Amino acid sequence: MELWYGLITGIGFGVLLQRAEVIRFDRQIGALLLKDMTIVKFMLSTILVGMVGVYLLVDLGLAKLSLKPLILGGNVLGGLIFGVGWALLGYCPGTAGAALGEGRVDALAGMAGMLLGAAVFAEAYPALKASVLTWGDYGKVTLPGLLGVWHWAVIAAFVAGGVLLLRFIERKGL
Amino acid sequence: MEPKSPSRPWNPYIAGALAGLLLVLSVYVSGKYFGASTTYVRAAGMVESVVDAERVSAMAYFVKEAPKIDWQFLFVVGIGLGSLAAALLSNTFRVQAVPDRFAERFGQARALRFLLAFIGGAVAMFGARLADGCPSGHGLSGSLQLAVSGFVSLIGFFAGGLVMARLAYGADGKGGRGQGR
Repeated sequence: MELWYGLITGIGFGVLLQRAEVIRFDRQIGALLLKDMTIVKFMLSTILVGMVGVYLLVDLGLAKLSLKPLILGGNVLGGLIFGVGWALLGYCPGTAGAALGEGRVDALAGMAGMLLGAAVFAEAYPALKASVLTWGDYGKVTLPGLLGVWHWAVIAAFVAGGVLLLRFIERKGL
Repeated sequence: MEPKSPSRPWNPYIAGALAGLLLVLSVYVSGKYFGASTTYVRAAGMVESVVDAERVSAMAYFVKEAPKIDWQFLFVVGIGLGSLAAALLSNTFRVQAVPDRFAERFGQARALRFLLAFIGGAVAMFGARLADGCPSGHGLSGSLQLAVSGFVSLIGFFAGGLVMARLAYGADGKGGRGQGR
């Protein structure tokens, strides 16, 4: 059953990504060149709605958080390396399959590259685990936990900040 | 049936908000947050297992992320199928090997586009695994849970991407300017 939920959820997400055109190379690179903020509008909307919804579920005892640890070495270096590759590829791991789905066959070369990248990482993992992945390991921390404030205060700040950012983007016509 | 013209794209705010609701529903129903890059690890493990299963089963990273089909694997497959269905139904399916913006900068050479996509994919996935997530796992799922790792990684994704995109495609969006004539 869990596998069916995965497939159905993926189909729904794929429809939304395709119809909002956020999977296109031109839009992803457009965002990185600060010329087309379509994917930022989509991602920020998803994050703000998801933030409120998930924390409501958690507070009602209906769901659990699933946090990844903050490891500065991995998050910062890995994040930057990902960004470099992302700008060359113009698709990300979640959207490459969707780009292929709407006929962008260059995504296939990217997906093949991603398999290679995963295989290389698996080879390097023991060495990285003993080095980079020990630098700045703070465990599973959240922003409200770090700041010592109520999570709804942080969420309210994010919603307000997000709306202001989106208004700024709209005013600039991006 | 006469050919229909392509449908207009959906509003990104509405589609993004619906994606947020879908994620909340997924967390409620199956306890699963969106993510994608681990699937490529599992797939790589499956491919390598065909060659040498014994070696794969002894590697620490493939013990951690076993080469099997799980919720996320089908989620990633589903994204492709959903996109295919939506593209066909909206008449926006279009076979294209070289994206427009890439062609403006580098020309219509397919080999170059495929090479850069392959290299970019390999670099991006290595980075995503080092960061322990991609724009889905960290960018969406991590930051909406207010995880510090999500925010730090998301900033890293865009910082690396902004610099590389500027180098590759130029500050004017087409490249060329400032690089000789």
